[in-house]
Amino acid sequence: MKKLLAVLTVVLFLAACTPAKAKEVTIKFLNYSSNGGQEATLTAMVDAFEVANPLIKVEVETLGYADYFTQLATRVAGGQAPDVFELNIENFRAYADKGAIAELDLSKFDISKIQPTTLKAFQIGTKQYGLPTKFSNVVLIYNKDLFDQAGVAYPTSSWTWAEELAAAQKIRALGTDIYGVFRPIQTWEFYKTVVQNGGSMMNADQSAFTLNSAQNVEALEIMIARINTTNVTPTTEQLGGMGDWDLFKSGRLGMIVTGIWAFNDFATNCDFAWDIAVEPGIKNHATHFFSDAVVVSKDSKVIAAATAFAAFLSGSPEAALLRANANWDLPVALTDEVIAAFKAVVPPANKQAVFDSLNYLVMPPSLEKFGAVADDLQIYLSKAIAGELTAKEALDQAQALISGKY
Amino acid sequence: MKIMENKARFYIMLFLVPSILGFIVFSLIPMISALYLSFTNWDVIGGAPDIIGFKNFIDIFKSVEFYRVMTNTMKFISLYIPGILVSSLLLALMFNRTMKSVAAFRVLLFIPVLTSWIAGSIIWKSILSGQYGMLNNLLAIVGIHGPAWLTDPKWAMISIVMVSIWKDLGFFSLIIFGGLRSIDRTLYEAAKIDGANAFQILRKITIPLVTPTLFFVLVTTIINSFQLFPQIMVMTAGGPMGATQVMVERIYTYGFRYFEMGYASALAIVLLIIIVTVTLIQMVLQKKWVFYE
Repeated sequence: MKKLLAVLTVVLFLAACTPAKAKEVTIKFLNYSSNGGQEATLTAMVDAFEVANPLIKVEVETLGYADYFTQLATRVAGGQAPDVFELNIENFRAYADKGAIAELDLSKFDISKIQPTTLKAFQIGTKQYGLPTKFSNVVLIYNKDLFDQAGVAYPTSSWTWAEELAAAQKIRALGTDIYGVFRPIQTWEFYKTVVQNGGSMMNADQSAFTLNSAQNVEALEIMIARINTTNVTPTTEQLGGMGDWDLFKSGRLGMIVTGIWAFNDFATNCDFAWDIAVEPGIKNHATHFFSDAVVVSKDSKVIAAATAFAAFLSGSPEAALLRANANWDLPVALTDEVIAAFKAVVPPANKQAVFDSLNYLVMPPSLEKFGAVADDLQIYLSKAIAGELTAKEALDQAQALISGKY
Repeated sequence: MKIMENKARFYIMLFLVPSILGFIVFSLIPMISALYLSFTNWDVIGGAPDIIGFKNFIDIFKSVEFYRVMTNTMKFISLYIPGILVSSLLLALMFNRTMKSVAAFRVLLFIPVLTSWIAGSIIWKSILSGQYGMLNNLLAIVGIHGPAWLTDPKWAMISIVMVSIWKDLGFFSLIIFGGLRSIDRTLYEAAKIDGANAFQILRKITIPLVTPTLFFVLVTTIINSFQLFPQIMVMTAGGPMGATQVMVERIYTYGFRYFEMGYASALAIVLLIIIVTVTLIQMVLQKKWVFYE
């Protein structure tokens, strides 16, 4: 009996003590982008956040990209959504439209450092539903050695497709298995290229598709001629299952238009000199923009803490610097220090081109079902490449199918 | 005695529980859910599904895609079924001779059956690569310029058929071989005494008596054809230009890539109805050609 009393006393004492300490909360964070190499960087960010916010603990779970969206959807459907999770720009719209994520109250946080295009990308109307963490764009990467061999001047930011083609043809002439330039023909490339030619996939308020506009047809014709007429771009057969990056790394490709996330790989695996330039346009400059954001589940019990963590990953100079030093895409908080750290890593020497490209960012139509639209359009683009349909017929048919279906 | 029987029954039930439970949780409930979901627009992340009646089914039958998928499946069936039936029958007839080398060959031929579909498809994808693939390099030696097997819409489905026959040949030839072995030897002796030649024996004795097995093979291969999936997913993912899109591939794409679970479930129900109908038709037609001893 005495023992029991003693135990009870201790329990009561402990119970009385706990409220004196402010309550610690734990938030769950699910992500994919640290998978495969940046796990330690993410851990460092979480540590920095926990030091600054001693009452918030973050439980990190990292999944591979291939499984991520299936897993995430299943958890959200099962009421097990993590408090904070990562979404890319392609999936953001669906989650926001379905009301699965919370509008963020950012009044207490400093988001002034965040690059404005990236911030806007995760707004619906004027409401902020996600905070970007990192972003990337696309540049023209070129093999300097092949340019020297062909005796062509290096690309500049004022180049258009015409100069690009002229250089590509000279490089193509260097050998039967040397190609001038690689730009894939698929939906993701198409929406950008048509903007370069003054067209677009949808009208301004995104209420209707404009797939078969004259500018779009012309852009597609130019794209296809690169493969079938001048053959400066290899056909699928000439590529023979080889990846476009591999072709570039093998030293048999003069120019490739691809994402800045290739820098690490190319720096390690290219045994020739290479550099970058702003991607040439047909009539205007336009280049891809990709971004990942963190969002807060609308069912989270700890929305305030979750928002604080999201704001830290996104807008804080500490997290941005950790990211820049780890060469993990571009942090959205572009402080001078971050820009200097990013430029310090070479090659490519002309990293300024990455920042210059920020003036020309275009985004895919903000549609919940863009993935399905992309697959449908792809079929017609492929038919045009194969010569089964002309560019105009392909886009006319795609327009009929897609505007009827979505 | 009664007690013993009850006890035995109890244990039988006990041992059945795990598999019945597994069936209920992983097959029965999902099947019933799919039926329900096929009448909804459930998109996984958007909360509770809304019932939309037959809209998914109407959309399926109004879409160009459904007819493309059916045409692709028919193309597969028209090449695969005769191919697998004839080749496994011929092989089974060969196995039926008692030669040592044939026994070894039988084992070799069974290896693809044991190989996982994914591993097999990945290897075939590289063999069939248009420019650098092993097959086209071999063809080049004899002066044939091989096609772009998997990236040319004219050849993609044919390639899938070839690989599927490679994979299934060992299994079905063994099944037919089993059927051949069960034919009563005395029938052959009697036929020989009556002066029948080898072809007559094949046509009048072997083939009729092996029809029940052939019927089994036909039903299974047709069901398999409608459920075609892993080889497509790995080798072509439905491309090029949708030339190898098939039902299960579409169900997967709608369900797990576009998260349109309602539409995907409706496709699954349509597939179920197609398979049941085709199998029932076969059951009826079998009376005309299957010969039971």
